[in-house]
Amino acid sequence: MQCCLGIDVGSVSTNLVLLDDKKRLVKKLYLSTAGNPIKAIKKGLGILQQEFKDLDIFAVGTTGSGRHLASILVGADIVKNEITAHAAAALEYYPQAQTILEIGGQDSKIIVIRNKTVVDFAMNTVCAAGTGSFLDRQAQRLGIPIDKFGEIALKSKNPTRIAGRCAVFAESDMIHKQQMGHATEDILRGLCEALVRNFLSNVAKGKEIRPLILFQGGVAANTGIRKAFEEQLQCKIHVPENHDVMGAVGAAILAFNHVVSRQKTTNFLGMDVAFQNYKVKSIECNGCPNACEIIQLFSDEKLMARWGDRCGKWSSIIAV
Amino acid sequence: MAGGVGPCRFGYYGEVQKEILKDLGYDFEMIILDPPQGHVIELINKIRLITNKNNNTVKDVVKAIRFAWKKAVLLDKIEKQLFKIRPRERYRGQTEKVYNFLVKDILDVKYEEELEDLETEIYEAFSNINVSENVTPVKVGIVGEIYTVLEPFVNLHIEEQLGDLGVEVHRNIYITDWVRENLFPSFLKPKDHNKILKLAEPFINCFVGGHGQESVAQIVNFSKMGFDGVIHLLPFTCMPEIVAKSAVPRVSQEYQIPVMTIVLDEHSAETGFRTRLEAFIDMIYHNREVNNIAVLSGN
Repeated sequence: MQCCLGIDVGSVSTNLVLLDDKKRLVKKLYLSTAGNPIKAIKKGLGILQQEFKDLDIFAVGTTGSGRHLASILVGADIVKNEITAHAAAALEYYPQAQTILEIGGQDSKIIVIRNKTVVDFAMNTVCAAGTGSFLDRQAQRLGIPIDKFGEIALKSKNPTRIAGRCAVFAESDMIHKQQMGHATEDILRGLCEALVRNFLSNVAKGKEIRPLILFQGGVAANTGIRKAFEEQLQCKIHVPENHDVMGAVGAAILAFNHVVSRQKTTNFLGMDVAFQNYKVKSIECNGCPNACEIIQLFSDEKLMARWGDRCGKWSSIIAV
Repeated sequence: MAGGVGPCRFGYYGEVQKEILKDLGYDFEMIILDPPQGHVIELINKIRLITNKNNNTVKDVVKAIRFAWKKAVLLDKIEKQLFKIRPRERYRGQTEKVYNFLVKDILDVKYEEELEDLETEIYEAFSNINVSENVTPVKVGIVGEIYTVLEPFVNLHIEEQLGDLGVEVHRNIYITDWVRENLFPSFLKPKDHNKILKLAEPFINCFVGGHGQESVAQIVNFSKMGFDGVIHLLPFTCMPEIVAKSAVPRVSQEYQIPVMTIVLDEHSAETGFRTRLEAFIDMIYHNREVNNIAVLSGN
């Protein structure tokens, strides 16, 4: 089967998708990165290999914070940032979209679209308050499964007000409210509202949010957050069916367009990547005061690539 | 180190560097050159101190300053060449390499007379770089607080990163321009400086400290020169640039030019920075493709 592959290596999850030659979703995988992106990618490819015996990959795109590593590992045709990838995926399925809200594991972004083009965007800066990892951690602390988070929050009739500007202080505030005797569902709903408030004032910062509004990323699964957005924006929010893998879908679409429009053959190194042994070793270069950290990727003791240097002294030895 | 007066952050850098070097255990005397405020003698004394007054006459010093000035002019010239050629190069990194060699060459020149020969050599070296003729790179201007704009280590090598993405970069500040505008007597100042400053008036009509007004004026100017976008850099909490930032959305809307403000501080992780740059450039390319007009503000 002819397919194009999209890989999104994020801080929390590594997602792989297969699209067919009509850009229809064939398969999606949502795997935990667990601090080891190489392992996660190999695992994903292994699963795809097992499920689809006659896979013919004609284009590969990577995105996410681990996009460069992923592209070296699998041989990508295109390496794109998350913002472009998310916008590409959204516009493929919702051409009338004007705003994309995206909340992932450690970052959150808003993308403003007019006439099918991105005209503005913003990302959270130094703080990950209100992203997936923080919600995960709070769910864990309160002993509730993350997939029940939204459901429980929505039971609340009287949300508690939580100070959500900073993740550390939001947790202190939650503990404080807990000790005061507030019910768990009230605290959870209060947290949802606080995070949405924080998103709108610190990420969106007064940007014009027009419908159709799409909510993407792993956090879109949380109905509590979704509801809080709808209440504060007084507008319906659409959550795409594959909201959790939209980055990977976007990467696949961009790779598809890139390869097809240029009539190129793919750089894909093949499914064997799943069965190779990869090792990463890093060294610190002492050549100058920049003290760059050089990362070296080995495949069965053979040096595959090096990167991380500013001057090109190391990376130029082996072309990446 | 150059200094600044008043509450400006630029004056703070020299002092901080002094403390850091002290902590590292160096034994030294730090001479900070502040703009003279009524005490010209103080500045002259400092210059005499740097120039080793016992061995050198005033004439030697003047000669040395002229030599240094010529070198600075040449350095700015080759940097502008680098910006122009880099996005058109066929082999990635070639221009940068040539540039780095030339910087060293200029540094090594010991006599003023040799500079002219070097200049011819420089043009030859640049013209030997293999470029693609039929590329029209995206043109992006960089404006903002002087130190963050000029110091590559602080701005995470933004010019190099943009160059890698195939972008032709222009700055609003070059050392020699800055000296001309700020240290030269008024009759030697570049004529268009005040004219450009006037462009900021509809948005910020008074002096707001630092280069806040200049930044806004330069965004307008870049737009008038047909640039595709502007990146506005400032260090965290720089007041004049924050004032400029608040005017950015309006400038961007009125002149239909995408502007991205990036606040740099020790937390600016390179990955997030790179992601923003890539997305910004993608956006410009895409807009160009559909021939649509973009309005962008915020961070």
